[in-house]
Amino acid sequence: MWKYVLKRIGYAVITLFVLVTLTFFTMQLLPGDPFTGEKKVPEEVLQSIKAKYGLDKPVFEQYVMYMGNCLHGDLGDSMVTRRPVTTLLLGSFSVSFDLGMRALLFAFIGGVLLGIVAAVKRGTPWDTVTMIVALVGVSVPSFIVASVLQLFLGLQLPRATGIKLFPVTGWDGFASTVLPTFAMGFGSLATISRLMRTSMLDVLGSDYIKTARAKGISNKRIIWKHAVRNAVMPVVTVLGPITAGILTGGFVVENIFAIPGMGKYFVQSVQQTDYFLISGTTILYGGLLIVCNLAVDLVYGFIDPRVKLGKEEA
Amino acid sequence: MEKIEKSRFQWVGPNAEESEGIARPSITFWRDSMGRLMKNKVAVVCGIIIILLILLSIFAPIFSPFEGREQHLMHGNAPMFTRCDQTGHMHLFGTDTLGRDIFTRLWEGGRVSMFIAFAAVFCNLIIGVLYGGISGYFGGAVDNIMMRIVEIINGIPYLIIVILLMMILPPGVITIVVAYATTGWTGMARLVRGQIISLKEQEFVVAAKALGAGVPRLILRHLLPNSLSVVIVNLTLSIPNAIFTEAFLSYIGLGVQVPLSSWGMLAQAGSAAMRTYPSQLIVPAVCICLTMFSFNLLGDGLRDAFDPRLRR
Repeated sequence: MWKYVLKRIGYAVITLFVLVTLTFFTMQLLPGDPFTGEKKVPEEVLQSIKAKYGLDKPVFEQYVMYMGNCLHGDLGDSMVTRRPVTTLLLGSFSVSFDLGMRALLFAFIGGVLLGIVAAVKRGTPWDTVTMIVALVGVSVPSFIVASVLQLFLGLQLPRATGIKLFPVTGWDGFASTVLPTFAMGFGSLATISRLMRTSMLDVLGSDYIKTARAKGISNKRIIWKHAVRNAVMPVVTVLGPITAGILTGGFVVENIFAIPGMGKYFVQSVQQTDYFLISGTTILYGGLLIVCNLAVDLVYGFIDPRVKLGKEEA
Repeated sequence: MEKIEKSRFQWVGPNAEESEGIARPSITFWRDSMGRLMKNKVAVVCGIIIILLILLSIFAPIFSPFEGREQHLMHGNAPMFTRCDQTGHMHLFGTDTLGRDIFTRLWEGGRVSMFIAFAAVFCNLIIGVLYGGISGYFGGAVDNIMMRIVEIINGIPYLIIVILLMMILPPGVITIVVAYATTGWTGMARLVRGQIISLKEQEFVVAAKALGAGVPRLILRHLLPNSLSVVIVNLTLSIPNAIFTEAFLSYIGLGVQVPLSSWGMLAQAGSAAMRTYPSQLIVPAVCICLTMFSFNLLGDGLRDAFDPRLRR
């Protein structure tokens, strides 16, 4: 078990290292530098600014310095607002995290439930409807879901009926979180429900379920106590990539709903080519996802005893 | 007890022709799979929709009376099915804020979106198949190192890499393809590797080896064709992914640049005009969804058709 945990942590650290290196050198490759502007700056001033940001040193030295700073949690200053990136991001991080967790929970619980319903009522209209919903979810990108929700529930519904259920944009109170959560989580919900259905069908056909039925255990108990526990395993393994999908989906959804989260900063920083903000957001996002992946791997190791055994034998 | 005379029996002997003859015409794996696919109505309909979308993208801009870049500023934001004042031609899907014909732009955008999707998936195919093939065939340390690299690339969310790449490279269609291809091949590589590992111990491979086939021939002629069905399913299912990525990038302003159009760009422009002219958002959105939907369903159908367990 410890070997497995250490191996996973090792991978996470290497991945993070690669990500930071990649980001740093990408920033080096970007054309021009942040101080090429329309105004003509005297040479001495330019030199002193460059010295302030350490841009006059050789690339490798800058790299070492950047690495060191990252380890301290210092991601540099924003070039546009001149404020430290870390402070800028921490405020928005909580918002993004809140929204991301809501979307993840919605997708996981909703997806698992839909999958169970579809598998248990296999071949009935329940199954068909659920799977059509799932297919729509897989096929419609999150930004389209977001725009369409905004259009119909945010704009047309109040116009037509006079009832204002959900605000179109903003981040204020529960009602404003519903639409973004749905937009971000719907695609993943669909993926999870499809996966859950297949895995549930597999489990329901296995011998130990037949044994349980033969023993006369009620259907409800078989499904919830015996089948779901095993069927949910494959879903847990894909939670890592799904979290990544949900959080990167946040880039656009936050923008569409004008939510003051990290995604909004990311898109903004890309559009304004604010180098340190881009690299900071990238590293924070990437780091977060790597940690999520690690957490999923570890959780999986704990809940599925077969993983432990397999690794120790190897 | 009645005795049966020997003369009543006759030695027939083996009939070489009959015993060698085949009762049914032999069906190859591919023909069998295609037959099963054709029986799957949903998949067939999806295939037809895809072909229609491709044909429309190719031909609609050619036959449309309008140019995609042609602006009629006096005639902007026209609703669906309005006629152009000067020429009397119909704007099927109306016009956008600059008075450009949305129908024409939609299919011009379709060309770009489809081109990006197919090109990106093709790159993935080449890189993924070669990488997975080499890794799976050689096994051992080579496999170990190659798969660790894949694992690390997989650990970084691909959209982040794509966005970083989009910033260094000059914006454009080729850039999107390159950016997608740098990260997209890992899934294919893993899949092919798994197939190769399970195939390489089989007798036909041993036989080929015994006959003196070299490694490239073994991989390209014997191992890869046998994993082709899995590869095709994966390809079909990764096209919607590529279309999504293009739309996503264009939507946040990193993708295709004006004056080119793509479905993602049209959706973005449409969502800006959403409050007053919802049809401008809905038209490209429907196209994106329809394409992704059809490719997903076709992929599912192909997977079922290729599944040997379902073979009768």
